[in-house]
Amino acid sequence: MANVASTTASAGSELTARALREAVFAGLITLGLFVLFVGLKSDQNIRNELILTQRWGLLAIFVAVAMVGRFLIVVYVQPRFAKRKAAKAAAPDVVKKDTFFTRQWPKIAVVMLLLYPPVIVSFVGVQGSLKWVDNFGIQILIYVMLAWGLNIVVGLAGLLDLGYVAFYAVGAYSYALLSSYFGLSFWVLLPVAGLLAALWGIVLGFPVLRLRGDYLAIVTLAFGEIIRLVLINWTEVTKGTFGVSGIAKATLFGIKFDASKDGFAALFDLPLSSAYYKIFLFYLILALALLTAFVTIRLRRMPIGRAWEALREDEIACRSLGINTVTTKLTAFATGAMFGGFAGSFFAVRQGFVSPESFVFLESAVILAIVVLGGMGSLTGIAIAAVVMIGGTEILRELTFLKMIFGPAFTPELYRMLIFGLAMVTVMVWKPRGFVGSREPTAFLRQRRAVSGSFTKEGHG
Amino acid sequence: MAIGTEAMKKDPILKVERLSMRFGGLMAINDFSFEAERGEITALIGPNGAGKTTVFNCITGFYKPTMGMITLRQNSGDEFLLERLPDFEITKKAKVARTFQNIRMFSGLTVLENLLVAQHNKLMRASGYTILGLLGFPTYREASRESIELARHWLEKASLIERADDPAGDLPYGAQRRLEIARAMCTGPELLCLDEPAAGLNPRESLALNELLQEIRRDTGTSILLIEHDMSVVMEISDHVVVLEYGQKISDGTPDFVKNDPKVIAAYLGVEDEEVDEVIGEIEEIEGEHGGTRQ
Amino acid sequence: MEYFIQQLVNGLTLGSIYGMIAIGYTMVYGIIGMINFAHGDIFMLGGFAALIVFLILTTFIGGVPVVLALLIMMIVGMLTAALWNWTIERVAYRPLRGSFRLAPLITAIGMSIVLSNFIQVTQGPRNKPIPPLVSSVYEIFGITVSLKQIVIVVITAILLSVFWYIVNRTPLGRAQRATEQDRKMAALLGVDVDRTISVTFIMGAALAAVAGTMYLMYYGVVVFTDGFAPGVKAFTAAVLGGIGSLPGAVLGGLLIGLIESLWSAYFTIDYKDVATFSILAIVLIFKPSGILGRPEVEKV
Repeated sequence: MANVASTTASAGSELTARALREAVFAGLITLGLFVLFVGLKSDQNIRNELILTQRWGLLAIFVAVAMVGRFLIVVYVQPRFAKRKAAKAAAPDVVKKDTFFTRQWPKIAVVMLLLYPPVIVSFVGVQGSLKWVDNFGIQILIYVMLAWGLNIVVGLAGLLDLGYVAFYAVGAYSYALLSSYFGLSFWVLLPVAGLLAALWGIVLGFPVLRLRGDYLAIVTLAFGEIIRLVLINWTEVTKGTFGVSGIAKATLFGIKFDASKDGFAALFDLPLSSAYYKIFLFYLILALALLTAFVTIRLRRMPIGRAWEALREDEIACRSLGINTVTTKLTAFATGAMFGGFAGSFFAVRQGFVSPESFVFLESAVILAIVVLGGMGSLTGIAIAAVVMIGGTEILRELTFLKMIFGPAFTPELYRMLIFGLAMVTVMVWKPRGFVGSREPTAFLRQRRAVSGSFTKEGHG
Repeated sequence: MAIGTEAMKKDPILKVERLSMRFGGLMAINDFSFEAERGEITALIGPNGAGKTTVFNCITGFYKPTMGMITLRQNSGDEFLLERLPDFEITKKAKVARTFQNIRMFSGLTVLENLLVAQHNKLMRASGYTILGLLGFPTYREASRESIELARHWLEKASLIERADDPAGDLPYGAQRRLEIARAMCTGPELLCLDEPAAGLNPRESLALNELLQEIRRDTGTSILLIEHDMSVVMEISDHVVVLEYGQKISDGTPDFVKNDPKVIAAYLGVEDEEVDEVIGEIEEIEGEHGGTRQ
Repeated sequence: MEYFIQQLVNGLTLGSIYGMIAIGYTMVYGIIGMINFAHGDIFMLGGFAALIVFLILTTFIGGVPVVLALLIMMIVGMLTAALWNWTIERVAYRPLRGSFRLAPLITAIGMSIVLSNFIQVTQGPRNKPIPPLVSSVYEIFGITVSLKQIVIVVITAILLSVFWYIVNRTPLGRAQRATEQDRKMAALLGVDVDRTISVTFIMGAALAAVAGTMYLMYYGVVVFTDGFAPGVKAFTAAVLGGIGSLPGAVLGGLLIGLIESLWSAYFTIDYKDVATFSILAIVLIFKPSGILGRPEVEKV
């Protein structure tokens, strides 16, 4: 008895000693990482010369947090994780039961989204709903749609596209320019924008789709940059960095959302508010996103969709089965681009203003991150990822109460992208296969069983 | 006893003439010609590195041969020059399907889906190149049902029906080999090229494979060309054997003829020419014993 | 003609900087097959470290000779960037090794966002100009060559020689090449793969920090977004030269530098990046594995 107690005691003290060692190590690393950047700050003085401000207190906090954190992780978190892992390994695999909720989940989500604007309006009033419908609803849905579009290229066909934002830009500028030069309406230009983006997808895709893997990635990135640079520099048409402003709004069956006497508010005898237009836009992007999802689900059950997924799994086997891989890749590229184009024209109509600034590489990276974080190929997972990543960072704008803690100079928005990046890293390390790693089969003989993510491949193109 | 097949040739489905393939300085295939008879099982054998898979890759279009002509004559009489077609059209138009030495499945798709992908071209036409299918036209639904029936047929033949809804990557090795053959058959081929279908199989699986291949030939009339190391498979099921060594043909004939060809024996055992006679004697002794036990 | 040679000199300088960054991309890609998107930001971070060291030297110490100052800036920058890259590899890439190819790509993009925003938050979003460190200019046969250009090209040449020596002539380089060829086999033969990969990241970061210091010295200004454009161009250079190949990275860097300066000189400066990217696309279409890259053999 005494023997056992002493060994556990010595194991405990050993653990503490190791934790202390690791804490000191972590502290040293943190010191090294942050001493120049946190300890000192380069500021401009009145004569516009750089001077140094010292912030050693802040640096000390950083180091202390790192040391205490590391110590706690080693002493408490790691043993607990190890124990849980052992328990998991010992317990037999629990088969997840299909409940009513898991089966009907997509329908429930759609109904909830349809009810979202009226519920918000009833809670916070018409004017108050503006922020919730616009910043959260529309903003997130745009990313859901973009990520679903890119999912066709990356998640299904396994082609790594780092320049998806180019097609978004093509769609946005198609609407902005064609409506301001020719006065065409949104409903005419929406399909036109999609088709133009798809056309660009084919034009850009054709020469490069025989490239494999990372070469394809860099060329798509290059194309994305080329399109942005052309938008910046072709000032006669695009007005360069100033962008195109005053883009016409969309109409609902010819009803305008303005102050005119046959406008929406006057027609339905409602007080004039821009919130109605936003709610209309919310349903518009919801419809577009659902169209994307519908087409994706349909296509997956068609030969072309199966060929995309087969292409992701093994390109050579595809060719041995008589599948023309070039046209298969091109259709994936063009279909994805088309949805990017739709989303782009929606973006233009929502903002009323487009400039090249909205179409930087970072946007492509964010969309790609949503696709991968969601679990490649899974529409549900991608939607969850979009809500978490975009909604999460939008919430940061709302955290004004933090000003009370950190003082009035504190702007949570400044930390938005920093936290976004950290979240990307954390989620990926935590769930390398994304939120939903399994794959739904497109056909079955007896029973539809999800395919575990460990079997699916990610493509080489 | 040593009757070559030259005399009995009547209707070759595949004619390979003076095929050469050079990789840099290496002549992998050198002036190689042979024919595969319609409705027969032709085996291509040879020591490791003889160039068998390279011949396959030339036939199925994955390599473009340096020289030579590969003619495929379909049952309908249409002729295709395979060396001029891109790889996917060889399967699509000329109706040549193949399997791979290192199994290539769509491991994240289910077994059934693997077989549906193989019916891509047929389904593409039925779906009006996606557009009609997307709009929900009944022609596609009908074709889709038929394609599942065809898949079911081949799953039963390959005794994979129980695993139809499992991911292909989850199957054991032997089943993956059968899946690859079933998938190739779903393309509706006239010539089926199998690259070492028995590699890694245990004796029981190997026997089942023999049966599957003979059934394929009997029921569908598909001609089969196979590369194989397992002599029990080769001798048991093939009608015609071609032996390749260092990219050149060293023997060509019935299994019996090839088995006793001194050149083949020398190639496999690596002996000097003078010793060949001695070796033949030994082989015959062993064969005698085997034949006895097999009966 | 003189104008042309002048542009060649400018392009060579710019190309040296790109080449130094490109080596980091190409080495990491070679050894673990991953695009380290955060590498451009490591370069920017190195530039910032050098900037702050410069400010320390001028405000707290003063009167340090320029050569010594540059040397200290470079060394501290190298150490800081190396430590950052080492940490990033440990935290964000190593846990994902052997899983899903896109996962480390996403963490790398995430890290790139983290690094640039970290610098923005801690150092502020404004341009950071410093007074010129080296301002001598020489006239040789009618071509103006500034001392900083000479410094950049000479330092690049020296570092590349050291690098070439390490990779081709030392046990460390052998371990790197072995890991690059076959990680599992290398581990079986006693190569400490984790350590080798860490060292690769450290070496890449050190070179990027030198490039960052040179960039700061050449342009006299650095800003938190500076990681992106040079990063993408250096990556382009690595791909252009054939990713995985060290001489290819340098060649690619020089080519991109030359394309940029010649295009700006003879055509419109607005489209210089378009020219760079277009040439990349064209080269890859005709030579899919880059100029010096080994062609990828499709194994059937």
